Amino acid sequence: MNKESRFHISKRKALPWYKAWAIRGAAIVLALIVCALITTLATGLNPLKVYGTMIQGALGTPRKVWTLMQNLAILLCISLAVTPAFRMRFWNIGAEGQVLISALACAACMILLGDKVPNAVLILIMIAASVAAGAIWAVIPAFFKAKFNTNETLFTLMMNYVATQLVAYFVIVWEVPKGAGKIGIINQSTQAGWLPQIGDYKYLLNILVVAVLTVLMYVYLNYTKHGYEIAVVGESERTARYVGIKVEKVIIRTLLLSGAVCGVAGLLLVGGTDHTVTTTIAGGRGFTAVMVSWLAKFNPIGMIFASLLLVFLGRGASEISTVYGLNNSFGDILTGVILFFIIGSEFFINYQLHFRVKAEKGGEANV
Amino acid sequence: MFDLVGFIPRAVMQGIPLLFGATGETLTEKSGNLNLGIPGIMYVGGISGVIGAFLYEQSCGGNVVPALALLIPLLSCLAGSLLMGLLYCFLTVTLRANQNVTGLAMTTFGVGFGNFFGGSLIKLSGADVPSIALSATSAVFSRSLGFAEKLGWFGQIFLSYGFLAYTAVAIALIAAFILKRTRLGLHLRAVGESPATADAAGLNIARYKYGATCVGSMVAGLGGLYYVMDYACGVWSNNAFGDRGWLAIALVIFTVWRPNVSVLASILFGGLYILYLFIPSGMADKELYKMLPYIVTIIVLIISSVRSKKENQPPQSLGLAYFREER
Amino acid sequence: MENKTPAVAMRDITKTFGNIVANDKVWLDIYRGEILALLGENGSGKTTLMNMLSGIYFPDAGTISVDGKEVVIRSPRDAFALGIGMIHQHFKLVDVFTAAENIVLGLKEGGKLDMKAAAAKIRAICDTYGFDVDPDQKVYDMSVSQKQTVEIVKVLYRGADILILDEPTAVLTPQETDKLFAVLRNMRSDGKAVVIITHKMHEVEDLSDRVAVLRHGQFVGDMLTKQTNAQEMTNMMVGHAVTLNIRRPEPKNPRKRLEVKNLTVRNVDGIVKLEDVSFTANSGEILGVAGISGCGQKELLEAIAGLQPVETGSVTYYEPDGGAEELLGKDPLAIAEKGVVLSFVPEDRLGMGLVGSMDLTDNMMLRSFRRGKGPFVDRKSPKKLAEQVVADLSVNTPGVSTPVRRLSGGNVQKVLVGREIAAAPTVLLTAYAVRGLDIGASYTIYDLINQQKEAGVAVIYVGEDLDVLLELSDRILVLCGGKVSGIVDGRRTSKREVGLMMTKLGGGDANE
Repeated sequence: MNKESRFHISKRKALPWYKAWAIRGAAIVLALIVCALITTLATGLNPLKVYGTMIQGALGTPRKVWTLMQNLAILLCISLAVTPAFRMRFWNIGAEGQVLISALACAACMILLGDKVPNAVLILIMIAASVAAGAIWAVIPAFFKAKFNTNETLFTLMMNYVATQLVAYFVIVWEVPKGAGKIGIINQSTQAGWLPQIGDYKYLLNILVVAVLTVLMYVYLNYTKHGYEIAVVGESERTARYVGIKVEKVIIRTLLLSGAVCGVAGLLLVGGTDHTVTTTIAGGRGFTAVMVSWLAKFNPIGMIFASLLLVFLGRGASEISTVYGLNNSFGDILTGVILFFIIGSEFFINYQLHFRVKAEKGGEANV
Repeated sequence: MFDLVGFIPRAVMQGIPLLFGATGETLTEKSGNLNLGIPGIMYVGGISGVIGAFLYEQSCGGNVVPALALLIPLLSCLAGSLLMGLLYCFLTVTLRANQNVTGLAMTTFGVGFGNFFGGSLIKLSGADVPSIALSATSAVFSRSLGFAEKLGWFGQIFLSYGFLAYTAVAIALIAAFILKRTRLGLHLRAVGESPATADAAGLNIARYKYGATCVGSMVAGLGGLYYVMDYACGVWSNNAFGDRGWLAIALVIFTVWRPNVSVLASILFGGLYILYLFIPSGMADKELYKMLPYIVTIIVLIISSVRSKKENQPPQSLGLAYFREER
Repeated sequence: MENKTPAVAMRDITKTFGNIVANDKVWLDIYRGEILALLGENGSGKTTLMNMLSGIYFPDAGTISVDGKEVVIRSPRDAFALGIGMIHQHFKLVDVFTAAENIVLGLKEGGKLDMKAAAAKIRAICDTYGFDVDPDQKVYDMSVSQKQTVEIVKVLYRGADILILDEPTAVLTPQETDKLFAVLRNMRSDGKAVVIITHKMHEVEDLSDRVAVLRHGQFVGDMLTKQTNAQEMTNMMVGHAVTLNIRRPEPKNPRKRLEVKNLTVRNVDGIVKLEDVSFTANSGEILGVAGISGCGQKELLEAIAGLQPVETGSVTYYEPDGGAEELLGKDPLAIAEKGVVLSFVPEDRLGMGLVGSMDLTDNMMLRSFRRGKGPFVDRKSPKKLAEQVVADLSVNTPGVSTPVRRLSGGNVQKVLVGREIAAAPTVLLTAYAVRGLDIGASYTIYDLINQQKEAGVAVIYVGEDLDVLLELSDRILVLCGGKVSGIVDGRRTSKREVGLMMTKLGGGDANE
């Protein structure tokens, strides 16, 4: 007898939101248990102590909380950036490149114009340059998608590496000192182009900017005509054309926005905190953002929690590695496992399993 | 004068991991699965082989039996990458999860897995450099035909590689043959193009997707193994494998889903990847040269979409989960 | 006939989807050497029933016997093994494959793929039954009827002797239909069992030996075709004596509203879909459009609505207060900006007219979201409109925030028509407005359309049911292969006349 006959899968109509979240919550709990097992097996440590250390590492001191918030802000910013495109079913996995290129543009302004224009003007130029660079990087694949239906997933993926190499090139062109292979802190003495610090809080500006962006993006997607057009195009291009929406225009406009928000992330990274640019400045967050956005079902408010979860894991894991002398990558393993569980749990939200009581007769029992 | 005889073997050795990765990913994509976890899988393949080799070398104290030194890393590499393939399939085929997200999560996991165990082994081996050297195993893997050196430039260009390099070419050609000429290949392509059609024709969609993706993962995993054992002479250092996994995905697009084209294209990519070493240029310019493979891929992607020749398009249902009752 | 063992005997077959019962204890016998017409309205469960025979669905309850032996069909492969092959309405072909590759797909004849042998076998089948297939032609290069031929050959190649065809003529021209019927008759004399799913009476009478009728998922009865007639079959299909009595008010003060001149349209593949089409549509009048499916109806409406690039011709809109506006070359937005309120109820409701995953409110907004200054959308008035449509057209829905995908076909259509009418149009285009709707819902729609007519709207009604067209329309434009076969008076013409014009330009002996 065929194994498939034992159960039958059907699509669920809809699950109340609390049930959906209960399933996701259960998945995270299961994931944490599995992670605890892995931790014990791989390191021989007491998993509860390890989790305790993680919480310590992420939230233990005010400084750590600030760092967490800063990381959260940047990841959330990039997640916000990719979301409008995703709502339109444009699978932009090029946020990494868009952030990199805008970080590069920002650094270029700081280096080339640092001592030539007044600081306020410089910052304005930096903002414009970063946003424009990100937008251009995103709109190139969008143009070809709109015109020729070129596969955007693969295109944006390739654009990441072009951006990485461009940054690598300029890092060497501008390296300080010669032969160091890195740029170092830009305008260390003059602080030209450094975004202003609010009070004593180095990261507060970034956090505030992203908080505002989150609200704006939420409103944009849910309450504006543009947001509505994006949703219609994402659901059905034919419907969009039927009501007179210019699909090509919406694709290009949305990706300009997507890239521009990535540009803000690049600006905040270079102008706000790092004051330098490296090929790893985005740190894979362009990819993590894809997961954040998807986990939150493309809802900006949900993305706050999704990115908090991932940033928390990352920070906690790096604490474990220092405390127990483990390798930093342990965090990636745990993150991966937790993601697998969350990804898998979506199945139980969208589908229903029916087990056949007697395969022959086809009687079904709902579970 | 450009040192072609020196250049080609280097390009080939750069190209082989890409060829493994691209062949694996092509098989996977032909079944309609866009596996962005390939970079992670190649890491897992590499480190699994390293773990196997490490444990074996430790247990026999350096006196390795060549057959075992070959077989143990090979099997552990295949097992590790097979598990990754199964995981991807379970999530995307059985549970119908989003392929992009699953793939990216697998890459995070895989790279983390590689670096974590790499780091642990480095600590275990007590080395003072952040890497482990498995010279005994590597010697077995990179052994080339003895008479190659006597044949001058011919030997250098064609016969100077370890057996995995030839395996890569063989696998790519076999994959191309299977896809194009056999019933199995026809069925697999149908699953990737139009699962509903294949389903109506009586093919078991899940079985083909699992099969192609798992075999693809194992092939890609060999790329990681080749890189450590042959190219890097048995030295594992964290993150050394770099972005080659993504380059392999680029290669799939570049060759418009044809493993036989990959054989030459991988060497081209490998060559582009190391071209900067052979062209007298500043440090900075080298970074620009490294951009070439990606730019070329983008151009191919654009051209194939502009010409919109149906044969050169990605498999039609690439990236989409299949659910029979949703039609 | 009665003492023969049926090739297929289906007993008490039940299948439910969610809480919809698609088939309810259906009995059906299929015999060899016979063409069985499976008749029923849309949604009566014909396709679902046959899908269980071909292994696409698995019945919840009931048994299937082939040649007297009870069988379990879990997959299409099982069905093939029993000699059952189905030609689906939506072709199941891989575009980038050749005909031969598609035909051998899924077969297990050893590992080697011998395309030459396959091509030879395909040619042999073609010679037997009179098909015309080039084994090496790619599917994306084929016409609809060629694709259908490949589907049929595919089934025969597998040695099927029980063939099921799901509305095979919906996409064919009359000539192609004749050819298909000839082939099916050949198969019958070859001893094969043929089932043809249809709801077209004349095909049943023309082709079948026996007819079985389904209604609302239940088996109503079967009889020999020559012992019954169209009226009886229709009554069985619908469930009560059908006296289609649609109101047809006299047009009040009809005035020229839309003038289409010499319209020629090619589709993306360069095939002429409309050729030199000219007509006028008047206010306060329903212009019916008749024609075999795929004769350019879709292109005609989409060209008027600004959705279809046009090669030559003109579409002139005459405003109620005088003044004219050329609509061609404008997209829907530009047309709306000119103040022309043109409503369009497309054939593909959830793929074009509505967004399935959005709720009623957001779907109402599709037409109105641009209204108002500023970047924000106004959801208040669409919500009111949704509530009004729900109340006025008695849409059966839990609420206005339910995604329309969850509504039944009739309710989906009410939402769509309700929205399109709410715009107070001057021109209303409808395509197959009652397709898939039950009789009650259909009458609601007819009433709504008549109300629009009385309000002075120029209605263009594309329909497939000639009886309805004849009762509803003031004038009927008949299309044949993308050309105007004639325009007749709905009150004076006959079904026969229109039918002839549909299949032959000008309708042969019929004169206007």
